[in-house]
Amino acid sequence: MKAFLLILSCLTTIAGISQQRSSASAMAGIKGGSYIPMYSKDVQKTEVKPFEMDVYPVTNSDFLTFVKANPEWSKSRVKSLFADSNYLKQWNSDLGFNTNIANSPVVNVSWFAAKKYCECQGKRLPETAEWELAARASETKADASKDQGFNQWVLNWVTQSHPVLLPSVGSTFKNYYGVYDMHGLVWEWTYDFNSALTTGESRGNSSLNNTLFCGGGSFASKDINNYASFMRFAMRSSVKAKYCIASLGFRCVK
Amino acid sequence: MILSNPFLKKVFLLFASAMMIIGCSKNSSQQGDSSIGEIKGEEVAVLTFAPDVPPPITRNHATKVIVNLEVIEKEMEMMDGVKYNFWTFGGQVPGKFIRVREGDLVEFHLKNDPSSKLPHNIDLHAVTGPGGGAVSTFTAPGHETQFSFTVLNPGLFIYHCATAPVGMHIANGMYGLILVEPKEGLPKVDKEFYVCQGDFYTKGDYGESGTQPFDMEKALEENPDYVVFNGKVGALTGENSLKANVGETVRLFVGNGGPGLTSSFHVIGEIFDNVYPEGGSTLNHNVQTTLVPPGGSAITEFKLDVPGNFILVDHAIFRAFNKGALGILQVDGPENKNIFSGQQDDRIYQPEGGAVQTMPSVDAETVKPLTKAEKLEIGKALYASTCLACHQADGKGIENAFPPLVKSDYFASNPEKIIEVITHGLTGPITVNGKPYNSVMPKQTLSDNQIASVATYVLNNFGNKGGELHADDVVKIRKRK
Repeated sequence: MKAFLLILSCLTTIAGISQQRSSASAMAGIKGGSYIPMYSKDVQKTEVKPFEMDVYPVTNSDFLTFVKANPEWSKSRVKSLFADSNYLKQWNSDLGFNTNIANSPVVNVSWFAAKKYCECQGKRLPETAEWELAARASETKADASKDQGFNQWVLNWVTQSHPVLLPSVGSTFKNYYGVYDMHGLVWEWTYDFNSALTTGESRGNSSLNNTLFCGGGSFASKDINNYASFMRFAMRSSVKAKYCIASLGFRCVK
Repeated sequence: MILSNPFLKKVFLLFASAMMIIGCSKNSSQQGDSSIGEIKGEEVAVLTFAPDVPPPITRNHATKVIVNLEVIEKEMEMMDGVKYNFWTFGGQVPGKFIRVREGDLVEFHLKNDPSSKLPHNIDLHAVTGPGGGAVSTFTAPGHETQFSFTVLNPGLFIYHCATAPVGMHIANGMYGLILVEPKEGLPKVDKEFYVCQGDFYTKGDYGESGTQPFDMEKALEENPDYVVFNGKVGALTGENSLKANVGETVRLFVGNGGPGLTSSFHVIGEIFDNVYPEGGSTLNHNVQTTLVPPGGSAITEFKLDVPGNFILVDHAIFRAFNKGALGILQVDGPENKNIFSGQQDDRIYQPEGGAVQTMPSVDAETVKPLTKAEKLEIGKALYASTCLACHQADGKGIENAFPPLVKSDYFASNPEKIIEVITHGLTGPITVNGKPYNSVMPKQTLSDNQIASVATYVLNNFGNKGGELHADDVVKIRKRK
């Protein structure tokens, strides 16, 4: 674990130097594989085909370019059906924000806005299976989902207070695929975020019939000890597509 | 049942018709739902942080009560110097105390602060309905949800977060109490307090400073580093002690958020005159220790007859002295020597009887002066058996209760003070290393050589400056009293 953190802090330093690079276009290849959601049985195994994923989450600066080209997605013009009143709350105006957040991940964006952004780049939002597959990579392993130190590190981020000023993208670690910030910075939208239905009553899920969908903490779960994963699924199931949340951003894939 | 007595028959008839009238009036107000009475008026619930309790309800009718509770994730102290990122109902652990009356219609608003990382919800054990409200209140960060329920059963109930992973949400402090007063109210008492136990699982061991992350393995093993009342070691000691006076009757609303451990709740030096076990309606009397399970509660009441410090503990006692489950109820007022005399005498006890004894040879040996090395060895063993329970293995003591021996400025300039405290005991306020203490250390029944040994041991350990004390010093100080 110590070694992991040490490597992490080195990576952070390197990332600090390189963060001036444009994060909008860089992508990394994720080899496909099979993914079983932590809440399900083996029958729900998903085969994920190889895909490319943004190296960094989308930043405020990236999103500004998008809003300039698509003014209907500015704060004052966005339809309330597509984004709630917290939309881009961290911006001062339709096209303005403090420069110190330019390289921070854009948050307070709805699923609709995120989806549109990706489409305008010729990309799309990742499916949950794709996102989770890429996110189980530590800096050395493609699948670190059984690695205690890795899981505890991810969990520790969840239990830290949300920072007032979000760090820049690239400030956590570069994973096996060369992708940064899958953990430790913000939650990220997925295309099918609401397909894993937790009922909000996580204890009752084990008795539900719809095991195809239930996603809460229950004995039906495959991996009941993967707390960080439970939290991501709880987070996803608590939101609706128009919600804009201060710790929720996104990145694209193709 | 055969009613042969005409008078009884009349009473029975009257009673039956009265019941019918009541039944009718209920039906007219609530579309035939006989379990729900008429709701008159509306009010916003007054919520309080522990150890305070909202005022008793004086209404004699049900009303609509609006409860606003906010979820806040924030870093606070677990003990002085130890930080933890708590998840809270209202900004503290335990969550705010809610007080309503049987039959009230509660309109519940759960607000999740925009700065929260996670969605949360609430399961109130006072709710009759699926999940206790958990599904209805599943709330994303920056959102507010609402649901309503009628409180059908009186009692003292826990509420807690039930979002996956439930155990972790509870382990981070997401619990509190909701009291549903019975229609007739609770008997009047002089003071009411809110005490809620919880266990915490941290990466670092008890007392390890800095920000401590949640430790999942320890949680799964139900092996907490901290077991505390009201969310923090020392939340109910020193300055924060509960205060009451002789002659008053005190009621404690005791909850246990858990998530892991059942509390053996006990107040040292008091007997509970009344206990509502498990927070229900049964009334038990003359109870020493009452069980409070995780997700459960108890109400205890007792009259204060004598002054002094009464110590609240989980009587699974290592939790009290080594993990933090310790609080103080400080009672002021006149002594009553008939009820409690204090120590009246301390005399030599000779099991062999009153006849003159020849000194056993073992004693003769111990009277022989010891070398410093011998004292350190004897002192070490004595420390472990006599001093360690309070002053701790590392000599750091327990803040607000037991003063530290580590680099202690209390005896630095005058090591004989150690002997003085051991031989005569010490009561009342003192300051050690800048922190105030007001506890009782009883005098220790040890021989002169034993006292010289343990005092020398303390002087040469825990970062103190060293030195040696002698049996002669003990003899001299014994006479000083």
